[in-house]
Amino acid sequence: MEDLEMSKWSLVTKGFIKDNPTFVLVLGMCPTLATTTSAMNGLEMGLATLFVLVLSNIAISLIAPVVPDKVHIPVYIVVIATFVTVLQLLMQAFVPSVYATLGLFIPLIVVNCIVLGRAEAYANSHNALDSALDGLGIGIGFTMSLTVIGIIREILGSGSVFGWKFIPGDGILAFVMAPGAFMVLGYLMVLFNKYLRHS
Amino acid sequence: MVLCLTAVCLFCGAILGIVNAVTEKPIAEAAHNALVASIAQVLPEGGEISDANISDGFEYYTSTSEDGVIGYAVKSSTIGFGGTLTLMVGILPDGTVYNTSVLAHSETPGLGAKCTSDEKFTSQWEGFASDKVLKVKKDGGDVDAITASTITSRAYTLAVANAVEFVKSMNGGLGNE
Repeated sequence: MEDLEMSKWSLVTKGFIKDNPTFVLVLGMCPTLATTTSAMNGLEMGLATLFVLVLSNIAISLIAPVVPDKVHIPVYIVVIATFVTVLQLLMQAFVPSVYATLGLFIPLIVVNCIVLGRAEAYANSHNALDSALDGLGIGIGFTMSLTVIGIIREILGSGSVFGWKFIPGDGILAFVMAPGAFMVLGYLMVLFNKYLRHS
Repeated sequence: MVLCLTAVCLFCGAILGIVNAVTEKPIAEAAHNALVASIAQVLPEGGEISDANISDGFEYYTSTSEDGVIGYAVKSSTIGFGGTLTLMVGILPDGTVYNTSVLAHSETPGLGAKCTSDEKFTSQWEGFASDKVLKVKKDGGDVDAITASTITSRAYTLAVANAVEFVKSMNGGLGNE
């Protein structure tokens, strides 16, 4: 029993470090680079992806046994797109301010390779509970990575964290724009892999 | 195979239909609230705000009290640095800009996007007198541009200028009410 609980727990935690989607699997780079201009944006994008990932993993693990191999990709994409559209409508209706900043990137979750990647690599051959936990773990890992990148870019680029300004002045503009995203991501990847190899 | 795809699509379509039915009203309400808030922000208080009017391609709202027209809120769009920049511009009948607010933009974060937050830039629009020139200082006008974002500032200024021009022509046409 304890072993079983341990393995469930490790299903979730493996997404944090060992199979971290951003720094280890290197998936979903488009939203990672585009939405992390501030800590808040990174966090919100991560949570939105987490929501879709968990639900699509559950749905796909349930329907996978009856979906013929030839059409499994189109079916998965339809399922994922449905959840993304549901999320988009809900956000528009109940948190319009969040939608105003992230609206452009929400439809992109459909083609985020993390979501399809987990469907293909995990959900279609595991049960609903394990798939949900896998989605949760990978989603949390993705959210943490995006938030960390967002925090670093916001400190360097705007002198603030989560909108709280503690360094007066304009900051280093490059970090708010695309080049900064690549630099921060690159250096974090170096640190991450260095740490992983030593442990 | 065909059956499976059809079933999945039907089912997903049904879910989307339900969610759309549920969220349609809140979405319309949220959009309406945002619009009302933006109008209230750019015009003096106390007026009765009309429904949307459309003329010359501008969507505008008239605020009237017992003493006549208090002001006009004009929706004005131009092309900024990153895409369309849409403003709500509040204009008094004499052509003075009362205030402005940004409805939608896709300017660069940290640069042009400051047109929504840069105190120095946004506050200059409060009571921008009609005899001042609606051009950025670089182009010989009276508008202080945002540092390092001249293109956004120009687009913003042009949107305001278009709205003012529109109100002036409308008032002129109606015999300066």
